[in-house]
Amino acid sequence: MANGNGKQFLRFIRLNRVLHIVMIVSFMSLALTGMTLKFSYTTWAVILAHLFGGFESAGYVHRLAAVFMFGIFVAHIVELFKMKKREDKTWRKLIFGPDSMMFNRNDLKEFIGSIKWFLGKGPRPKFGRWTYWEKFDYFAVFWGIFVIGSTGLTLWFPEIFTLVLPGYFLNIATIIHSDEALLAVGFIFTVHFFNTHLRPEKFPMDLVVFTGRMDLEEFKHDKPAEYEALVKSGELENYLVEPYQPIVIKAVRVFGYTALTVGFSIVIWIIYAMLFAYR
Amino acid sequence: MDKPTQFFFKSILFVLFFVLFFIGKTVAQENSECLTCHEDKSATGTRKGKTISVFVDERKLSHSVHQSLSCVACHSDVEGKELPHEDDLKAVNCGNCHSDEQTQHAKSLHGKAIQRGDALAPKCSDCHGNHEILSASNSNSPTSPLKIPFTCGKCHQEGTKVQQQREIHQDHIIENFSESIHGEGLLRKGLIVAPNCASCHTSHSILPHTDNNSSISRNKIANTCTKCHAQIEQVHRKIIKGELWEKQAHVLPACVDCHQPHKVRKVFYSQGMADSDCMRCHDKQDVKSTKDGRSLYVDFTHVKQSKHAKVSCSQCHSEVNASSVRPCETITQKVDCASCHAEVGTQYQKSMHGQLTAKNDPNGPTCKECHGEHTVKGKTDPTSPIFATNIPNLCAECHREGEKATRKYKGSQHEIIEHYTESIHGKGLMKSGLTVTATCTNCHTAHNVLPKSDSASSVNPDNLPKTCGNCHHGIQEQFEKSVHAQKISDNGKRKPVCNDCHTAHTIKRADEQGFKLEIMQQCGRCHEEITETYFDTYHGKVSQLGYTKTAKCYDCHGAHDILPVTDPKSHLSHDNVVGTCQKCHEGANRRFAGYLTHATHHDPEKYPLLFWTFWGMTSLLIGTFVFGGIHTLLWLPRALQMKREMRQKAMMKEKEQTEQLDSTTKKEGENNG
Repeated sequence: MANGNGKQFLRFIRLNRVLHIVMIVSFMSLALTGMTLKFSYTTWAVILAHLFGGFESAGYVHRLAAVFMFGIFVAHIVELFKMKKREDKTWRKLIFGPDSMMFNRNDLKEFIGSIKWFLGKGPRPKFGRWTYWEKFDYFAVFWGIFVIGSTGLTLWFPEIFTLVLPGYFLNIATIIHSDEALLAVGFIFTVHFFNTHLRPEKFPMDLVVFTGRMDLEEFKHDKPAEYEALVKSGELENYLVEPYQPIVIKAVRVFGYTALTVGFSIVIWIIYAMLFAYR
Repeated sequence: MDKPTQFFFKSILFVLFFVLFFIGKTVAQENSECLTCHEDKSATGTRKGKTISVFVDERKLSHSVHQSLSCVACHSDVEGKELPHEDDLKAVNCGNCHSDEQTQHAKSLHGKAIQRGDALAPKCSDCHGNHEILSASNSNSPTSPLKIPFTCGKCHQEGTKVQQQREIHQDHIIENFSESIHGEGLLRKGLIVAPNCASCHTSHSILPHTDNNSSISRNKIANTCTKCHAQIEQVHRKIIKGELWEKQAHVLPACVDCHQPHKVRKVFYSQGMADSDCMRCHDKQDVKSTKDGRSLYVDFTHVKQSKHAKVSCSQCHSEVNASSVRPCETITQKVDCASCHAEVGTQYQKSMHGQLTAKNDPNGPTCKECHGEHTVKGKTDPTSPIFATNIPNLCAECHREGEKATRKYKGSQHEIIEHYTESIHGKGLMKSGLTVTATCTNCHTAHNVLPKSDSASSVNPDNLPKTCGNCHHGIQEQFEKSVHAQKISDNGKRKPVCNDCHTAHTIKRADEQGFKLEIMQQCGRCHEEITETYFDTYHGKVSQLGYTKTAKCYDCHGAHDILPVTDPKSHLSHDNVVGTCQKCHEGANRRFAGYLTHATHHDPEKYPLLFWTFWGMTSLLIGTFVFGGIHTLLWLPRALQMKREMRQKAMMKEKEQTEQLDSTTKKEGENNG
């Protein structure tokens, strides 16, 4: 029996995990420094700005984090090119194949199936490698980088962009940048957190995104379609790896809980700033 | 009478008539010929290469003392010449008729200066005029008694070129004269018999007092003064006795030894009242008043070191009567400093201090509270209580919190001295010793202190810019042209003045961080809506975080030179706005300046683009959260249920394993049995 030797299923390679960790750090930094400016009328904003060493330092942190975020994006695109070459596929196959992150008709089926399951009118769908909510989160990042990134660059170098764009566009860019960031921060720290970490079967945190590993039993339950496919093709053995040592698991938990805490704090701050201190 | 005789007489009459007719016509014709050209107001000629007006006002000429003279009587080098005459005529020589005056003038200071080629030296026309010369008995003439001080003052008033560029030994001549008893009699009471400049210095024979021929030299001054004060010698002998009249054997004093030139004021010498007479009693330390028992001791050395060293006792204590055995027993009133310091006294009477004193309010300060009594010193003396660095402490005796002036005070200013000490003015004066720094008296004035609600007060809002402008003149100039200037009226709303932004006694450096952050609140007190929108945009948000380098109100609008954007000189005018942005944003361009610095997304009429962008993004945000939220809420109960099922499966699995283990144990038992 495969489960007998204690090995785990490898779901994420090292590059994916590193990129995600860097994204967490840069995203948190962007959120904290950005919200200090957006909610500058709250006491917490002033305190936080001082913790960063003043608004100017917070600004530098903000821009540095933006550079890292953009770097992650570029690294991912480069990886896609490498994957295409490595797997010797066409772009069409890569983008629209069964293992792709692109939405397809099956996702619609699974979504409808989920709703039925939620309402007690059908069985739980047999999810494959990428579920529809995971794809949604993935493309949310693309959308966010495009919208927030473009308006952010405009506000970073206003003298350059106003060579082409009218001055009042800076006002529009401010609104778009600010509200899209609010949407991104709010969504990630609530819906995304629930979808991945706070679901009852994962509570309080899912370590797979940090360790890349998960138990076979868990894998079978989460991704039954993929499990069956791998067993059938005889490739399951290729994905089995040794678990991390307890010390590594511990470090991962500390990092993860810190990120969760910061995320929740920001959500609470947003709610407070929007409902009670707004002006 | 026979016919031949009749004919003879008729012929004579005819000839006389003919001669008179032509003679009269000749004189009239000459003047009218000159006026043909010179009565044109636009007529010009040249003198030494310069174009000058040669207009002659015939009406003025016909009223002058020279009305009966022909033009060529003075302009003699045109006589007998073809008309029109050449340019560059010689200067008129008034000495042709007025030879005595000409001779005196030539020997005088003025005449010698002309001979040296001094451009500032006065000529005949500088005092008398030219074509409009009037008699000295005409009250409109510049040489009439009432006008002479003003005529002389054109050159000898403080601040004129003559006063600044030439060596004049007396200062503030006109000012001192106007305040003297002579000036008061002439200028205020219109007594034309009172002496004017020419009465002492003469009209044309003005000489320095060091010249023995001068009317004001030591040996001639008495003659000059006794033209009016004819009996003065007898009066002095009788009243002052021999002690003062001859201080040294056979050396008589000159008038100016006691009566300073130009500063002649009322003299308060009573009969035989000399300082030594007073000091016979007051020099004793145990002398006391019989009324209230206070000490009446006077340390004469203090008096001699004070500003009043040359003033005799009886000039201030003017009610003393030399005829009494004890002359001071006739004193009923306190010393009236205004008898000499009339102008200052008038200000004081009108001030809050003076009003309190007039009501016999014990809190009202009198002259001696600030200046002292017999130790009065000038304000340039560091030991004087009115020296710049000592003034705050002087005022603090009453105005420090808790002292008598602050107990009844109902205004908004408290801890005045403490605040002043910590202000930029206070630190400049008391810590850095900069005596040019503003002290209490620079703003509130020394003698005319009034509450700011009084329209005459120097700290009344209408007057404050001028008060601050005494030192900050450049800023005042800018302010008076700005939209905040009081004279530029709109809806009657009160406009800010200096202390609205800078405060009064807590004024601080404008480049301090605290000031920079507070100023936005100051602007916001009047410009509420605009300030609100400022904090809605980037500049305002960053400033709220305590960052002082971001643009604040004054970075764009200016500080004291704020102008409407429609004014071409405004920092925000079409031509200047890009330059204003470039103060921080070096690469700013015309489009960049289109940034809406006071935009808000709450106003759909003014900023529709921002309004709809905001609500578009808000809709996206709300839609996403609603979708995600519903999805999450639906998922939660099913996930909980699934978790329970998984737990049950795990328990059953565990149970089966346990049973298997028990079964194995049983089998082994059987084998052993």
